[in-house]
Amino acid sequence: MKQYPYTDKKDTRSGFGAGMTELGRTNPDVVTLCADLVGSLKIDTFIQENPDRFFQCGISEANMIGVSAGLAITGKIPFATTFANFGSSRVFDQVRQAVAYSNKNVKIAVSHAGLTLGEDGATHQVLEDLAMMKALPNMTVINPCDYNQTKAATIASAAYEGPVYLRFGRPVIPVFIPEDMPFEIGKAITLNEGTDVSIFATGHLVWEALQACQMLEDEGISAEIINIHTIKPLDTEAILASVQKTGCCVSAEEHQVNGGLGESIAHTLITNYLAPQEFVGVKDTFGESGTPDELMTKYGLKAANIVEAAKKAIARKTK
Amino acid sequence: MNLQEIASQVRRDIVRMVHGVKSGHPGGSLGCTDLLVSLYFKHMDLKTDENGQVVFNMDGNGEDLFFLSNGHISPVLYSVLAHRGYFPPAELATFRKLDSRLQGHPATAEHLPGIRIASGSLGQGLSVAIGTALGKKLNGDSHLVYVLMGDGEQQEGQIWEAATFAPHHKVDNLIAFVDFNGQQIDGPTEKVMNNRDLGAKYEAFGWTVLHMDGNDYNSLDTVLSEAKGLTGQGKPIVVITKTEMGQGVDFMMHTHKWHGTAPNDEQLAKALAQLPETLGDY
Ligand SMILES: Cc1ncc(C[n+]2csc(CCOP(=O)(O)OP(=O)(O)O)c2C)c(N)n1
Repeated sequence: MKQYPYTDKKDTRSGFGAGMTELGRTNPDVVTLCADLVGSLKIDTFIQENPDRFFQCGISEANMIGVSAGLAITGKIPFATTFANFGSSRVFDQVRQAVAYSNKNVKIAVSHAGLTLGEDGATHQVLEDLAMMKALPNMTVINPCDYNQTKAATIASAAYEGPVYLRFGRPVIPVFIPEDMPFEIGKAITLNEGTDVSIFATGHLVWEALQACQMLEDEGISAEIINIHTIKPLDTEAILASVQKTGCCVSAEEHQVNGGLGESIAHTLITNYLAPQEFVGVKDTFGESGTPDELMTKYGLKAANIVEAAKKAIARKTK
Repeated sequence: MNLQEIASQVRRDIVRMVHGVKSGHPGGSLGCTDLLVSLYFKHMDLKTDENGQVVFNMDGNGEDLFFLSNGHISPVLYSVLAHRGYFPPAELATFRKLDSRLQGHPATAEHLPGIRIASGSLGQGLSVAIGTALGKKLNGDSHLVYVLMGDGEQQEGQIWEAATFAPHHKVDNLIAFVDFNGQQIDGPTEKVMNNRDLGAKYEAFGWTVLHMDGNDYNSLDTVLSEAKGLTGQGKPIVVITKTEMGQGVDFMMHTHKWHGTAPNDEQLAKALAQLPETLGDY
C-alpha cells in the first residue's frame, strides 16, 4: 500500500489556527468571533495580529451566529468559533434561519467534535452535528482529517462563497497528509487504491483507515482508502467509481451512524448501484468520560473495527 | 404626500393582503405602520440613483439599514418597501401565495429587494443588526442600522445575549425599537410573561433608552431625530415604542385578537371604510 510516513503529531484544531493566521495576513475581509474558547480554538495569533477583526462574544453562541450573519451581509467573511456541540445543536435554529436559509457567507468553525474530546464526557461530545448540518439546504459540511488538511480546509472555506460548517477536534494525531496535497471542497481524496473493498473515512477515522489498510494487506486483502473530507456536497462520483470496482464498502466516522456520512453513502449506493456496506460509527448511544483512545476503542472506532467491518462487507458480496 | 396619507394606504394594503390570503398578522403590522413609514419616507438615508429611485444592494454599504426581527409583521414591511420603490406595489397581491417573493415571513431566498435576512423565528434580529453595525464600522461606513423587535419577543434569551454584547463592543451606530403594544399571542404581555420595566433593563445593560409614541407623528419625529443625534457616543440606543396593536381599524384595537387573524369580507369592508385610499390600491 501507499505509505504515509509522518514525523509530527498535532491536533486538527491547530491546523485551523494556522489557517486563520494565514487568512488574517492575506484576506482583510476575514473576521473571527469566539464564545469564550479562544485558547481551545487556537486563534490567539489571529487575534494578536488583527485585534480589530476579532469579536469576543462571551458565552452567547446564539448571538454569535446572528452577529456573524450580520457581518456577512456587509461583505465580511466571519468565522464563528466554539466547540462543535455549541456551534451546532445549541444554535441549530439560528444557523438554520440566519445562515442557511438566508444563505449568508458564514463559516461555523468548531473544535472538540466527537468522542475524542475525551474526559469532559457526553455533555460535550457531540456526535449528531454532521446529521444536523447536512440536513440544512445551502450548508457545506467539512470534516478534515489532520493538521495539514484542516489548515487547507480553513483557507478553502474562506475562498468559498456560502455557509460552511467546518468540524475538527482536540486530540494530537499524526500529520500524514502532505502539506502540498491539493484540497478542493467536495472532492474526495484517494489515499490508497485497492480492489477488494472501499473504505470511506472522514475526520479522525482516516488515520485509522490507513492502519486498517495495512492490517488488511497483511491478510492479503486489498483495500481502497478514500478520504471524504467534505460530507456535503458528497463526492458521489468518486464513491460510485470506487464501489463499482471493489463491490462493497465500509464507512467510518466519529459520529452517530444515524444521519452521518455512512447514511449519505448508503443513499448514494441505493439510488445508483447496490452493494454491501458496513458502518463504523457510534451506534445510537451517547459517549462518556475517558481518554480519547479508550473511548475510540470502547465505541468501536479503531482500525481493528474497520478491518472487521471490511471483512464482513467482503463476505456479503454476491459472487 | 404627507406621512399620514402614506400610512393610510399602507394600512389598507395590510388588511387587504391578509384578507386576500386569509392568513397573516394584521395587528402588529397596523401598530407599527407609522414607525416604518417615518423611517423609510423620512428618517432613513437610503441609497438612490440619480432619479431618486431606491437602489437595493445586499451589502447595504453607504446607506442606513432596517431589520425586522418580529418577522410576522411582514405585511407592513412589504407595503412600505413597495411604496418606497423597492418593488412594484402590484406584487403585494402575491403575499403568502405559491411562487411569491413575499413569503409569510421575510426571506432572502426569493431575492425580494429590501430584505437582507430571514426572520420569523423570534429573537434573532437584534444580533443580526449588531453584526451589520460592526461591519459598517469595519467598512468605514458611518450610516446607521435600525432594528424592530416585538415586546413579546423580548422574552427570548438571545435578545439579552445581544443586549449584553452591543454595549460591550460599543455598537453606537445602532437604533433598536421595541414595539411596546403590550400584546402577544396568548394575551397581554403582562399576563403571559411580564417583562416588567424593559427600559430599566436595557439601561442596566448599558443602553441609552428613549421612549416614543409610535402612533404619534410628533413624537416619532422628535424622538427619531433625538435618537440619531445620540449615535456615535459609545452606546447603542433602544427606543421603547408605545403602539396600539390594530391602530387605525377601530375593532382591531385594544385586544390581542388580531395578532394573527385575517378579517372576513364584511370586516374588511368595515376596516377599509376607516382608511382613505391615498396612493391607489394594488
Ligand atoms: C422562536 C419563536 N417562538 C414562537 C413563535 C410564534 N410566535 C409568532 S408571533 C408570536 C408573538 C410575538 O409577540 P410580540 O413580539 O409581542 O409581537 P406582536 O404580537 O405584538 O406582534 C409568537 C409566540 C415564533 N415565531 N418564534
